[in-house]
Amino acid sequence: MTKVTMTVNGKSVSGEVEGRTLLVDFLRDAQRLTGTHVGCDTSQCGACTVHVDGLQVKSCTMFALEADGATVTTIEGMGNADGTMSALQASFQEHHGLQCGFCTPGMIMAASSLLKVNPKPTEAEIRHHLEGNICRCTGYHNIVKAIMAASGQDVSAIAAE
Amino acid sequence: MPKDHGIGASPKRREDVRFLTGKGQYTDDINLHGQTYVHFLRSDVAHGIIKSIDTSDAENMPGVVRIFTGADFEGVGGLPCGWQVTDRHGQPMQEPGHPVLARGKVRHVGDPIAAIVAETKEQARDAAEAIGLDIEELPAVVDMVSALAPDAPKVHDELTSNLCYDWGFVEENKAAVDEAFEKAAHVTTLELINNRLVANPMEPRVAVGDYNQANDESTLYTTSQNPHVIRLLMGAFVLGIPEHKLRVVAPDVGGGFGTKIFHYAEEAFVTFASRQIRRPVKWTSTRSEAFMSDAHGRDHKTKIELALDADNNFMAIRTDTYANMGAYLSTFAPSVPTWLHGTLMAGNYKTPLIYVNVKAVFTNTVPVDAYRGAGRPEATFQLERLVDKAARELGVDPIALRRQNFITQFPYATPVAVEYDTGDYIATMDRMEEIMDISGFEARRKASEAKGKWRGLGVNCYIEACGIAPSNLVGQLGARAGLYDAATVRVNATGSISVMVGAHSHGQGHETTFPQVIAEMIGIDESQVDIVHGDSSKIPFGMGTYGSRSLAVCGSAMVRAAEKVIRKAKKIAAHLLEASEADIELKDGKFSVAGTDKECAWGDVTLAAYVPHNYPLEDIEPGLEETAFYDPANFTYPSGAYACEVEVDPETGKVTIEKFAAADDFGNVVNPMIVEGQVHGGIAQGIGQALLEAAVYDENGQLQSASYMDYAMPRADDVPFYIVDHSCCTPCTHNPLGVKGCGEAGAIGSPPAVVNAVIDALASGGKNVPHIDMPLTPHRVWKAINQ
Amino acid sequence: MYAFDVTRPKTVAEAVAALAGDEAQALGGGQTLIPTLKQRLASPATLVSLTAIDEMKGVCADGGTLTIGGGTTHATVAAEASAYPALAALAANIGDPAVRSRGTIGGSLANNDPSACYPSAALASGATIVTNNREIAADDYFQGLFTTALNEGEIITAVKFPVPEKANYQKFVQPASRFSLVGVFVAKYADGVRVAVTGASENGVFRWTEAEAALSANFSADAVEGLTASADGLINDLHGDAEYRAHLIKVMTKRAVAAAK
Repeated sequence: MTKVTMTVNGKSVSGEVEGRTLLVDFLRDAQRLTGTHVGCDTSQCGACTVHVDGLQVKSCTMFALEADGATVTTIEGMGNADGTMSALQASFQEHHGLQCGFCTPGMIMAASSLLKVNPKPTEAEIRHHLEGNICRCTGYHNIVKAIMAASGQDVSAIAAE
Repeated sequence: MPKDHGIGASPKRREDVRFLTGKGQYTDDINLHGQTYVHFLRSDVAHGIIKSIDTSDAENMPGVVRIFTGADFEGVGGLPCGWQVTDRHGQPMQEPGHPVLARGKVRHVGDPIAAIVAETKEQARDAAEAIGLDIEELPAVVDMVSALAPDAPKVHDELTSNLCYDWGFVEENKAAVDEAFEKAAHVTTLELINNRLVANPMEPRVAVGDYNQANDESTLYTTSQNPHVIRLLMGAFVLGIPEHKLRVVAPDVGGGFGTKIFHYAEEAFVTFASRQIRRPVKWTSTRSEAFMSDAHGRDHKTKIELALDADNNFMAIRTDTYANMGAYLSTFAPSVPTWLHGTLMAGNYKTPLIYVNVKAVFTNTVPVDAYRGAGRPEATFQLERLVDKAARELGVDPIALRRQNFITQFPYATPVAVEYDTGDYIATMDRMEEIMDISGFEARRKASEAKGKWRGLGVNCYIEACGIAPSNLVGQLGARAGLYDAATVRVNATGSISVMVGAHSHGQGHETTFPQVIAEMIGIDESQVDIVHGDSSKIPFGMGTYGSRSLAVCGSAMVRAAEKVIRKAKKIAAHLLEASEADIELKDGKFSVAGTDKECAWGDVTLAAYVPHNYPLEDIEPGLEETAFYDPANFTYPSGAYACEVEVDPETGKVTIEKFAAADDFGNVVNPMIVEGQVHGGIAQGIGQALLEAAVYDENGQLQSASYMDYAMPRADDVPFYIVDHSCCTPCTHNPLGVKGCGEAGAIGSPPAVVNAVIDALASGGKNVPHIDMPLTPHRVWKAINQ
Repeated sequence: MYAFDVTRPKTVAEAVAALAGDEAQALGGGQTLIPTLKQRLASPATLVSLTAIDEMKGVCADGGTLTIGGGTTHATVAAEASAYPALAALAANIGDPAVRSRGTIGGSLANNDPSACYPSAALASGATIVTNNREIAADDYFQGLFTTALNEGEIITAVKFPVPEKANYQKFVQPASRFSLVGVFVAKYADGVRVAVTGASENGVFRWTEAEAALSANFSADAVEGLTASADGLINDLHGDAEYRAHLIKVMTKRAVAAAK
């Protein structure tokens, strides 16, 4: 077992891990941050997406040891300081961008990562950016719409006749 | 002006905040003190005899608590099948046993052989590798047709063959149907495959068993769409635990789509093992395991024929289907290709004569059961592809041919045993043509042509039977359970309300929509109402959520319970207002006496019910809580017209969905936002089936598409924005809300639209291809173009 | 996963020393290796993570050569390889954004997955694979499915790409994995055109020499029209048979030529 220390959602945390301990297991099991989900074992579904040093990564495809010293943000750290939801989270609720909620944390992490570098993405850019995040419920319609709306774009005419 | 509250409004979903902030509580988020982990050693061959299992080395591995094999289940029941189909000759289907852990033989890749319980997941998996397993591999049966050959290896040695049943419907009509074909002016024939799918809710299945020795109670936390069904099946048929000693909890569940209806071996195992080792036992499926242990869907091979008269009126339909059951009968498997499929073969058309034959076949593959739509997508796909093919052969407009044959008078008794209570197929077709801008298609086709792409338009209609189901009817058809639902409306002293419902929400938003109904009925704010679901110890005995039944059946139960509450509340109000009960009106949360200005608030009455100081105790009991069970009088029949436009790249065969429109008639709608979301998701799954998804076995019974590396899930860039509309409304005539159900429509209505569009696109490129089997991958489309 | 240790050396020298240990294996971004470990298809005793080695990271354009550190992520190449736009575009479309945050060019080339994107760029560019102890020409480097000229314990520290006059990469994706079903990288240099194909062959990335000859004579999509890529040795699987892949090689080559900048 090796000790790792990292900053998770602004707090310094540490714990003993094995070499094979995945970052997602460290977050879910040791830190009890169960908002990060595991939906596959081939690194495709994106339910486990978190930010490591500001970059979008799949926490199921990174060892906890590799995040030693890193700054990690999970869905639990995405709200506003006062505990309310961020504009992006609120937009998902406003536009019904989630159903069962299982892929949702990954979607929020991926979308926020996109908006950081591309504040007003087009529909095509959003769809391309979500290539590594699978949702089985929404058909993506309202996810894409919610992200467009969160970036300040007018979505009232989407798919209108 | 859209409503801002109550029925017809679209309030934001209250469940969203916890999901958006990482506070959801899914089964895998549950960890109990002293918990152990189980790993299942699964068969890696499709068919074989278990010669020996040597666990001695594994038992001494670090962390191993106990290893179970089939022998440990002596005296324990097998997994039950909830539906018995009777064949053409009046005989019951062949029904093999389904042990929790394999005994004697393994019958599909993924069949669990041994279960290793250890202190950690990895220790359990390490020990699994130390188990000595001697399996004599047998030839596998994979193809349904060859499985019925006389010399085919038998999946179950105790059965006479691999035929589960040979079902004819309606058997008495067969001769008349054959005769109609003799007389037909034109017969269109189509052979097709309805591709095998894996439901793939994003949350893999999880089960945690927890036995409490102090009170001899077992609790199962599980990813289920119907906790009471699991309690009934597992308690009564598998483990012999009486209901009062067994609690089943389905907390937040990350999608179901049918595959979380069924009672699975892993659920029974963790409950059983926890009783044995006196510690909690947890199983979390990996996605790889899900592909070989979650029930699959669809997998039909069909030949369908349509007889038309000289005026293009439909005279008769005849269809022959092979339906794959997989290696064992999953919970509702036998009903899917029969009563959920054959009864829908009339579709939206007044075809007077229909005969449906279905041969259900055992193969060495994962069991097949209901997946979003369950039988109805298979019926709709073959019928709507057939009508399109007929139109093409006859040189008539496919929309006109449909319109000509539409059912227009309701109620309408089909020749396949169901009676549509209401509908307006012309209206949905009109609406679809409008929102799709069908008249602008030709211009769009030319624009695509200018880019070197072939554009096609596909349309179809659908009808489904949902709101499952009238118990007396399904009982006659072989169901081994009632399909009512139940709700308890508990009014608290200060007027807030908790509603305990049998339905389960795993994405459908019941926590938002059900309170809308109660709030509307009483005239109080929705925030005053909460629902409780998913815990058998808290909710009445309801049958859960599937078959687009939650609002139509459980919602109706809730309305009935609320009506009882209101009746009692009016009696209390009459007492408080010193008026006759008949004169009491309830509006906007206030009781008033008709024709006077006397009134009292909802809260005054509820407080009186629980603090009955001034109360007619001689006439009515204190308290304000009522339960209702609701058994529907009929199925509900949502219907609609869908359209899809595709572009085909003739050089690569790649299909791109350019435009998709759905005009649905769901009857009354409680929350338009949620209904539209359900349709979006259904359409994406339908597009997935049409273009991307396929569970493919090789001849040895190995699943070739066993992960997301090979099983193509629809992604954001595979689909467009959808145009959806539910303004056509013919309310259901037999439930109190006039609702029909919307969960499955998208998945039922979309595959034929997509395939019809691709066939049309190829035709516009000069390639007259009669049919391409789903999924229409670039490779298949390219081959069809270059045949 | 089986149990193993993970070490994170800070220098190439430390990494080389660590890789000399028993059953040691290099870990780049892990985007392929970690899923493999989850399936228990590999059982290293030690994984030597290369992600903390700063000297192996970065993109540097110098004269006509673009040098990319072996530990440089796809996202960094996408953002910083503006001197070689076709390569930056290729990197921007590998996997998905999370894969691009972690996956590295050295890891991709060392693994040499038959459907990976980078091998086609390296081969079509005539790149030089720089390791901790030598330089290997791309033509000598790729030796078949998951097989390269790398020795045990050898680390790709950098890749040197001669920047072409024009180039383009066209990927036709396998619908499930989104890896290339067929990917074609076309690069036009003063002394000729090179065409490398990934995703198609049972032997991994290869050069389509007939197309190279035709395009060297006439760099236009029409020049390829009369050619037929051979289906011999091409992959037959769920997603496409050999004949289809052969056809796509030609289509993607034409499109790459037409789009080359």
